[in-house]
Amino acid sequence: MAFRTHVMTCAGTGCVASGSFEVASALEAEVEKAGLAKEVQVVRTGCQGFCAEGPIVIVQPDGVFYHAVTPKDVPMLVKEHLLKGRPYKKLLYTPPAQKVPVPSLKDIPFFAKQQLVVLRNRGLIDPENIDDYIAVGGYTALVRALTQMTPEGIIAEIKRSGLRGRGGGGFPAGVKWETCRKAAQHRHVEPVVICNADEGDPGAFMDRSIIECDPHAVVEGMIIGARAIGAREGFVYIRHEYPIARERLGKALDQCRERGLLGRNILGSDLRFDIRIVQGAGAFVCGESTALMASLEGRVGEPRAKYIHTVEYGYKNRPSNLNNVETWANVPPIVNRGARWFAGMGTGDVSENPWNGSSGTKIFSLVGKINNTGLIEVPMGITLREIIFDIGGGMPGKRRFKAVQTGGPSGGCIPESLLDMQVDFDQLTKVGSMMGSGGMIVMDDRTCMVDVARYFIRFLQEESCGKCVPCREGLRQLGDTLDRICKGRGVEGDIELLETLSDTVVNASLCALGGSAPNPVLSTLKYFRSEYEAHIRDHKCPAGQCKDLVTYSIDPEKCPGCMLCLKACPENCITGAKKKPHVIDASRCVKCGSCEEVCNLDAVIVA
Amino acid sequence: MKDEGQRMPKLTIEDLQAIREKRQQVMNLRAGTARAKVTVHMGTCGISSGAREIMSALLHEIEATSTKDVLVATSGCAGLCSREPMITVELRDAPPVKYVDLSPVRMKQIFQDHVVGGNVVTKFALGAGSETTG
Repeated sequence: MAFRTHVMTCAGTGCVASGSFEVASALEAEVEKAGLAKEVQVVRTGCQGFCAEGPIVIVQPDGVFYHAVTPKDVPMLVKEHLLKGRPYKKLLYTPPAQKVPVPSLKDIPFFAKQQLVVLRNRGLIDPENIDDYIAVGGYTALVRALTQMTPEGIIAEIKRSGLRGRGGGGFPAGVKWETCRKAAQHRHVEPVVICNADEGDPGAFMDRSIIECDPHAVVEGMIIGARAIGAREGFVYIRHEYPIARERLGKALDQCRERGLLGRNILGSDLRFDIRIVQGAGAFVCGESTALMASLEGRVGEPRAKYIHTVEYGYKNRPSNLNNVETWANVPPIVNRGARWFAGMGTGDVSENPWNGSSGTKIFSLVGKINNTGLIEVPMGITLREIIFDIGGGMPGKRRFKAVQTGGPSGGCIPESLLDMQVDFDQLTKVGSMMGSGGMIVMDDRTCMVDVARYFIRFLQEESCGKCVPCREGLRQLGDTLDRICKGRGVEGDIELLETLSDTVVNASLCALGGSAPNPVLSTLKYFRSEYEAHIRDHKCPAGQCKDLVTYSIDPEKCPGCMLCLKACPENCITGAKKKPHVIDASRCVKCGSCEEVCNLDAVIVA
Repeated sequence: MKDEGQRMPKLTIEDLQAIREKRQQVMNLRAGTARAKVTVHMGTCGISSGAREIMSALLHEIEATSTKDVLVATSGCAGLCSREPMITVELRDAPPVKYVDLSPVRMKQIFQDHVVGGNVVTKFALGAGSETTG
């Protein structure tokens, strides 16, 4: 008998960590117990994107969205929704701005403003079932590419679509494919295609989610790429820290081999292609093309100078076409729906020249001081304000927006005054940040920008491979200087020193890691220079984050003497009596912030 | 060498199409799009007067006729407990129709005439349209 209802349980890494496998098992057991096993199917899907609210369960065809589901909730959920057919109110999601729970997916602001191209199958298909992918039109793009298009035609279509590399560089994919194909023909050497799944930015999980929710889309993109470029060998370089993604991709490849979508004579054509998964050890620098290829060959993951490009001499000196996960996953919809459709989304007219704008959509991972942490896909050209306030739901509590850091650790911090800018490759570069692979870290008014710059510089210093001096030593000096400023030991001239050092690191580093590493320093200097000056000249941290520069005190005017902070203080250094203003003993205060957290009346002053 | 990897039949372009058609109903269901939707009212009253049998009969009809564009949903009591089992049939671009006092045989007839054929079975129908809310 056909199933009447499908219970789509999110099995992306975020939800799995919050216990979705247990929820799915409990659902299956409970459905069986209720005698619904023949009517209701429990499906484990890829990431739904709303990770902050996991584990997530969506009941289809009703489209009812449940959040934070635990195994304990399952009996009632099954009884209420699956047996009696009414939404189980306790688990319905209430957006922060609203009072009444909204049950339907399309009414939740987080989902309503998104446009899904790459993530179109998220939550819809079982990523481990190739038939599910085929059922939603999977591998039809490959059929088209094999039967109706020449390799040159495929490349022309990708070029006209304006698709630019989603890994961060934003290089037009079609141009890269063409160069690689020509290099291979010219040199009579077989090219390779590679998928970069070495996603290493802190707080970024776009590529992981794509592979987890729709691995076949990446595989199909790569097969089409192989046909266009003339490759018979492909690699996916994926980091060791992504076990679920790796496992699902491995299963997808096995299914493809079994069904003749990889190997010899793919779909009865003369195309021969196979893909191997290679695990990286999680070094940030291995996301860089030359370092990645060195690692693929089994050498130490260190970059080399790129006066000779990898499209000509890459993996084992063969012409190598490297695109990231999201870029590959964009290929099947472009081939299916045409370049014109894709170019119609986003900014600029890319039909003649892909550098003229940014077409299509982009996936961002939204993290930091924001209500709706998660994964979103939006059209290029959407404003930062729409992303952060409409989709992201703004800041938690009474905090104010201060900056958003885009592009991963080596991106820049964008201030509130630029919130209405359109997000695309060129605009982000223009304001001193970058697209990167799509991480977005939101910061509120209690974030110290000097401290932020220090954090990212220290991260990059750790991840620098150490091969070239400007990056290895320059980042260390930048980090030490920032550290000094945060500790109140900054001196006049430090800002200029930071600028000179940054300039040297940008210009003299061997690869893009060093070349973009000073971005957090340069952009915070550009937009938040006064904060640096306050640290250096007044020895004050305006955001109240740098412990060496702040003191905690209580405003006697506001303090009602409620004893809350007194009880919360771990050092017992707050004194006072009921209904009398309390006092903090600054000499014993460890500046933990506990008193501020519990105070309901903002009576704790941090300055 | 010729027989290498021949354990499972390799897919052809036609096979892809066949799989897609076969799975169409499942995907319609998950995407929430279909030509018709049949809601079986499964409140306590509905279940006790046989809504489960109505549901089974409906699913059986869908299976037997290989219908791919009909969604099946459940909902609670519609308020008219004395006339259960009850269903609501919604065709796209038409007002919903409520049927009352059902049996599996009547369910089958409604499915064939109304859900598939588009003609309301007036002798079992309670009325068309929705209740006024708000």
